[in-house]
Amino acid sequence: MMIPSPWRADFPAIAALQRQDQTYLDSAATTQKPQALLDALTHYYANGAANVHRAQHLPGAHATQAFEDSRRKVGQWLDAGDSGQIIFTHGATSALNLLAYGLEHLFNPGDEIVISALEHHANLLPWQQLAQRRQLKLVILPLDADGLIDLAAAVHLIGPRTRLLAVSQLSNVLGAWQPLTALLAMAKAQNALTVVDGAQGVVHGRHDVQALGCDFYVFSSHKLYGPDGLGVLFGRNAALEQLRPWQFGGEMVLDANYHDSRFRPAPLGFEAGTPPIASVIGLGATLDYLAGLDQQAVSAHEAALHDYLLRGLAARNGIRLLGKPQLALASFVVEGVHNADLAHLLTEQGIAVRAGHHCAMPLMKSFELAGAIRVSLALYNDSEDLERFFEALDQALELLR
Amino acid sequence: MSLPVEAAEALQTFRNASGWEQRARLLMQFGDRLPALDDAQKCEANRVHGCESQVWLVGELRDGYWQFRASSDARMIRGLVALLLLRVNGLSAAELQQVDLPEWFTQLGLSRQLSPSRSNGLNAVLTRMNELAR
Repeated sequence: MMIPSPWRADFPAIAALQRQDQTYLDSAATTQKPQALLDALTHYYANGAANVHRAQHLPGAHATQAFEDSRRKVGQWLDAGDSGQIIFTHGATSALNLLAYGLEHLFNPGDEIVISALEHHANLLPWQQLAQRRQLKLVILPLDADGLIDLAAAVHLIGPRTRLLAVSQLSNVLGAWQPLTALLAMAKAQNALTVVDGAQGVVHGRHDVQALGCDFYVFSSHKLYGPDGLGVLFGRNAALEQLRPWQFGGEMVLDANYHDSRFRPAPLGFEAGTPPIASVIGLGATLDYLAGLDQQAVSAHEAALHDYLLRGLAARNGIRLLGKPQLALASFVVEGVHNADLAHLLTEQGIAVRAGHHCAMPLMKSFELAGAIRVSLALYNDSEDLERFFEALDQALELLR
Repeated sequence: MSLPVEAAEALQTFRNASGWEQRARLLMQFGDRLPALDDAQKCEANRVHGCESQVWLVGELRDGYWQFRASSDARMIRGLVALLLLRVNGLSAAELQQVDLPEWFTQLGLSRQLSPSRSNGLNAVLTRMNELAR
């Protein structure tokens, strides 16, 4: 059965990579970009770059207009409505660090921060370091056999000392939706703040932050077919009132003296310095492009491809999946084969997959694995990409066994 | 500087190899021939960090000439390390300082294994060797 992607031609890099005999199956790391984004970047730079929010001149007004249009589009993409603000950061990692520093004043020694065992380092280390700075307890929610956060355990671990819950929506290693509704309800019952790491989740389907009910939602532009160097932080109005500025500098200030200053409210108060203007405008163009697609068709395509991937892996001997992937990606190891060797031979054959610990070392350690191979999918992939991967996998395993 | 005999033979073998598949087979063969380290030598102090796989490297000067031994739990990197040792073992300290190891892997047709994005660890092994030889 062939699964063509009707959107493949919208991404010029896919054809370019194919000419270099490269099959790109690493979209959970970063995605290729649609022509619409390339056009927007060219248009911005070719028609007059300018700084935003500070210049009275016409180029500045145009840039600011385009920049704020993007902010509105991101808000629409997340169905934020009037419930909160969209803050631009330099990446999802930056957004999570902003939270870990900007909320620090709320924590007292002995308070608890709850995360899960599957967190990417970006949603682990900022909290771990905050816990160390403030003598907090970092509580790790365990996973069940399928790789989902274990709700039965969470009930006991999220308690009256919990001040904040920070969890991933979709694991970058296990490819499974996490039970956010139940977890957020448990945290809210304890009056804890809630942070959702949507770096992977935002790429698949549409999410409504109001319905989700989290205080903060974080994602990075480059995984959502947008430019790199740009992260998004949605914050609910009430939660943002508790967030203090973390980085200080130009444009975030209301009034500055030599010895004291007053700062702007969100979003600008959290956007010190010149933001990645072109990237913000580019993300707006990407969202326009994505909003024009038939979302159901995209989801159906991704589901069909993922099914194809899982069937192909299941048909081969000795392959062990990590968790029970539901969509987007699958991580696996092969019995008796070192993942570094497999990665080497897949690379030799032009298969771009990720090998290693996937920035989730503690999770890999809990599987007692040094690493795994991850195949990740995007809307531009098709079944031929997967066929080339399977051929290369068979060749590699034949050599190694 | 002339190549050690075994290195010259390896170079000839790799130059005659056609395609990635044959090079991969050769790498595994060279790796399999690498003398094993004993368990005591596979210790944390001898581990080379920065590799996807576990790599251990031990080196000593014997009568003024370097003798390195190494191992890995992954076969491809073991092969790469074996080719490295063929090139450097038996060199004097002065010769080791002069040898152009990236060039050696280029001659073998394996230069891509040294690209900075590679996490296989060959770069880390070269760095460690330099530290040991300093």
